[in-house]
Amino acid sequence: MNENILKIEDLVVAFSMYKSGSFKKENLEVIHSLSLDVNAGEIVAVVGSSGSGKSILASAVLGLLPKNAVTKGSITYKGEPITKERQKDLFGKEIAFIPQSVDYLDPLMKVGKQVKGVFGTDERRKELFEKYRLDESAAGKYPFQLSGGMARRVLITGAVMGNPDLIIADEPTPGLDLEMAKETLDHLRSFADSGAAVLLITHDIDLALNVADRVAVFYAGTIVEVAPTADFLAGKDALRHPYSKAFIDALPQNDFKPIPGTQPYAGNLPKGCLFSDRCPYKDSACDADQPEREIRSGKVRCVHAS
Amino acid sequence: MLLEANNISFRYTEKSPLILEDVSFKVSEGERIGIVGPSGYGKSTLAKILAGYEKPTSGEVKLDGAPLPMKGYCPVQMIYQHPELSVNPRWKMVKTLNECWEPDDSFLEKMGIEKAWLKRWPSELSGGELQRFCIARSLSPETKFLICDEISTMLDVITQSQIWNILLDTAKERNMGMVIITHNLALAERVCTKIVKVKEL
Repeated sequence: MNENILKIEDLVVAFSMYKSGSFKKENLEVIHSLSLDVNAGEIVAVVGSSGSGKSILASAVLGLLPKNAVTKGSITYKGEPITKERQKDLFGKEIAFIPQSVDYLDPLMKVGKQVKGVFGTDERRKELFEKYRLDESAAGKYPFQLSGGMARRVLITGAVMGNPDLIIADEPTPGLDLEMAKETLDHLRSFADSGAAVLLITHDIDLALNVADRVAVFYAGTIVEVAPTADFLAGKDALRHPYSKAFIDALPQNDFKPIPGTQPYAGNLPKGCLFSDRCPYKDSACDADQPEREIRSGKVRCVHAS
Repeated sequence: MLLEANNISFRYTEKSPLILEDVSFKVSEGERIGIVGPSGYGKSTLAKILAGYEKPTSGEVKLDGAPLPMKGYCPVQMIYQHPELSVNPRWKMVKTLNECWEPDDSFLEKMGIEKAWLKRWPSELSGGELQRFCIARSLSPETKFLICDEISTMLDVITQSQIWNILLDTAKERNMGMVIITHNLALAERVCTKIVKVKEL
């Protein structure tokens, strides 16, 4: 069950942009030396601040980055890099994407046809509709005729049409009520239990903790901590990075106390630790680069973590 | 002050089903009422009706016994779920912020809005940063009631708690009334003085 499905190593993503007021281009680095792996049978939740590059990570794996993006580092699927040629064979079959927004459905195509897609069959589509409690009549409807929850389930059925081994879900729950959000995550859990690997990008950390095996915390374009879910459930003392601790503190069911400040802009990052200008433990050691360290079966980028 | 909706019903066209049926609802100053419940029960529609952006099919919305003013500054303001869709993409942030009142520097500092952001376009700010502008522009001293429709679902938890702490401080200081729509029960319990289920309205 522990087969490695997705492995991202030292990924760097930069966007080439015009400098303001000139015709020169500069590279704006939005993801910095990021490493993450997802194994078969596992859900890895990705949480972190808005605009920290979580969705860019998903786009990078799926080859959906815009043309002006420059990437370095490696992304491998089942041990081999995802090349342009391999993308065709994998995407929509072995690797599936559950997009963030219901807008990803084609408004002018009936739902049944969209779910079936290019590679699917009607039998499989019917089977999935039954599994996800979508009425057969929904297949003949257009997206605007569906409720938000139904549209979500349609996106999921479309994604699992080809029985994927890797599912990337980008914020599948906002706007859903609690019941429906839980149900969506339970579906992801059952995929993982049947052997698939799931990368779950989400803001609903409290819900994600019910289903995930590990949690990766994003901040300003890199992962500051990867920890087993149990550590997040145990509370902030079990966590390693000051940002993860602040994250837990800010939850309404906990202290609801935010740390001040905002995440630094990608073009204006502090030296060394990216979190240093908001960190209560900052000292001179924080100005150095923060390599990833292994502490208590988790990974963290912080010299002070213990 | 009292904001009330009396026997509100709403449907989009004559043939479509009723989204709200005979709903009555009251919020007085200093009160923060949370509305929770499943998708598709008309929570957002009720919010828009309360703020005067949608006309009810029958029934009426009254502020201190009179209809909402159609001219000038409306004392009932609304903040939406998607800040990126509720600002003019062709206005720089300074214009959006100062459209109906001009917050001073200390207010902006309290809201966590940096001076440099004022010169940017909306597409150059993150959701959390934009939402701060949307909140700041709605908090003119003339605002008596604030309708918040899922204003923090797209934000990370630290930004969410920053924004709510600012809002709560301001609401308490000015004794504003608030209507808070959310799916997050823990949040509702944290910020509201009273929680109602949409099914029971």
